[in-house]
Amino acid sequence: MATADPAVRVEDKLFQNRYLVDAGRCHIKVRPHTTPTPALKALLTACPARCYELNANGQVEIAADGCVECGTCRIIGEPSGDIEWNYPRGGYGVLFKFG
Amino acid sequence: MIDEKFDAIVVGAGMAGNGAAYTLAKRGLKVLQLERGEYSGSKNVQGAILYSDMLEKIIPDFREDAPLERHLVEQRFWMMDDRSHVGLHYRSEDFNEEAPNRYTIIRAQFDKWFSGKVREAGALVVCETTVTELVQDAYGKVIGVKTDRGGGQIHADVVVLAEGVSGLLGTRAGLRKIPKPTDVALAVKEMHFLPQETIEDRFLLKGDEGVVIEAAGTISEGMTGMGFIYTNKECISLGIGCLVSDFQKTGRSPYQLLETFKQHPSVAPLIAGSEVKEYAAHLIPEGGYKAIPQLFGDGWVVVGDAAQLNNAIHREGSNLAMTSGRIAAEAIFQVKSRKEPMTAQNLSLYKTLLEQSFIIKDLKKYKDMPQLLHIQSQNFFLTYPQLVSKAMQNFVRVDGTPKIEKEKMTLKSFTSARSWAGLFGDAFRLARAWR
Repeated sequence: MATADPAVRVEDKLFQNRYLVDAGRCHIKVRPHTTPTPALKALLTACPARCYELNANGQVEIAADGCVECGTCRIIGEPSGDIEWNYPRGGYGVLFKFG
Repeated sequence: MIDEKFDAIVVGAGMAGNGAAYTLAKRGLKVLQLERGEYSGSKNVQGAILYSDMLEKIIPDFREDAPLERHLVEQRFWMMDDRSHVGLHYRSEDFNEEAPNRYTIIRAQFDKWFSGKVREAGALVVCETTVTELVQDAYGKVIGVKTDRGGGQIHADVVVLAEGVSGLLGTRAGLRKIPKPTDVALAVKEMHFLPQETIEDRFLLKGDEGVVIEAAGTISEGMTGMGFIYTNKECISLGIGCLVSDFQKTGRSPYQLLETFKQHPSVAPLIAGSEVKEYAAHLIPEGGYKAIPQLFGDGWVVVGDAAQLNNAIHREGSNLAMTSGRIAAEAIFQVKSRKEPMTAQNLSLYKTLLEQSFIIKDLKKYKDMPQLLHIQSQNFFLTYPQLVSKAMQNFVRVDGTPKIEKEKMTLKSFTSARSWAGLFGDAFRLARAWR
């Protein structure tokens, strides 16, 4: 499985962005699983904010604090039921300064 | 929350939603526009280039107070391999005209301005409110929306869905399908800040002149994709995008591609010493004519990116968005003026008007292009750029080899990489799709 190039730190990029995090209300949910489907695995690399990571048990987890709300994971993961995607509550989430 | 009934509810305040809400309000309709961002623009991402003609048809005197960055005097197309680019540059003094044709803009600022115009026109604009559901009656007719502000349903005669490329409402309600990974590109973009004079020196600009660079080639690593560099007043928008299906297939990350693009010897000097102030990502509809969903129904129309209206070949999206919004509004106004109900049959006028406009005509022209470029991505985005680069180097490098030998070498490199049949086939397919 492809992993992200360690030379590129997405966290440094996201650090420049403005967010209003809706604490405790993640707008994306990953369906509980024991082994990830190909669609879920694809999210590890395709997500531009690297919100998806493998946990110690080899399952895909999401931390959406840095989410830029592009919808890529919805396109890949929603048709198969792997993830459930909603908009953040009004006013919350990424707040683009320039867009 | 809001008890009154509206003539129209517009969901979303991007280019399409603002185009629709402004036109509806100007025509005297009672309009409610709902936007989930803290203001119009705070969730919106684009390169971004503004095409004057389409905005003039909505707000003729926009140049008086719209936040515009630079008017474009030069367009560069680059075909890149790892160490070089072959460029086609078009720069003309004709673009230094009284009313310039294209500008770079910064969407968060521009959309805020556009939204101000929508309010001035008389629409009620409510931000920080996410629409969670379309309300349908027993017959499936859309009669209103529900939001995350509680307070139950808000009713309207018609709902304009301007909810963006992966809009949830329309897909959840079964009005259209969620776009396929082969029909949308994921683009990532950074804003690189530099002193104004530095940008003007590096791109040979004076005053508010601007340059656009569109780049394709090995930067997308064989995937269907493109890079772009746009000059704003005090910053450079730089980004790259590829089809979501290609990212899915290759396991490459968009930020890796972005870093490689930034480090390319043709790009690095343009952004050297810059301060990056934002990183954004966005989906772009790439399916073209064949991906356009059902555009209207009982009590609803869909506009802009949500309707997948984007001309990928000419990199036009926001103008199609604002125009589709305006046309939908005009259709709604006509139905309303005739005092007729907002049925699918009456709202089909929107599609008829859209077909008469440049939008559908342009998308139809290139209807076979997406498939060609998507299926043949290795050839068009990897093999050909490398071959062309090699041919150029062979042409300009003086090393004592007789020219006739050089020409043979170049020809041989093409035929051995792609074969005569492949070359003619590609040329034929490209010409047919372009026609």
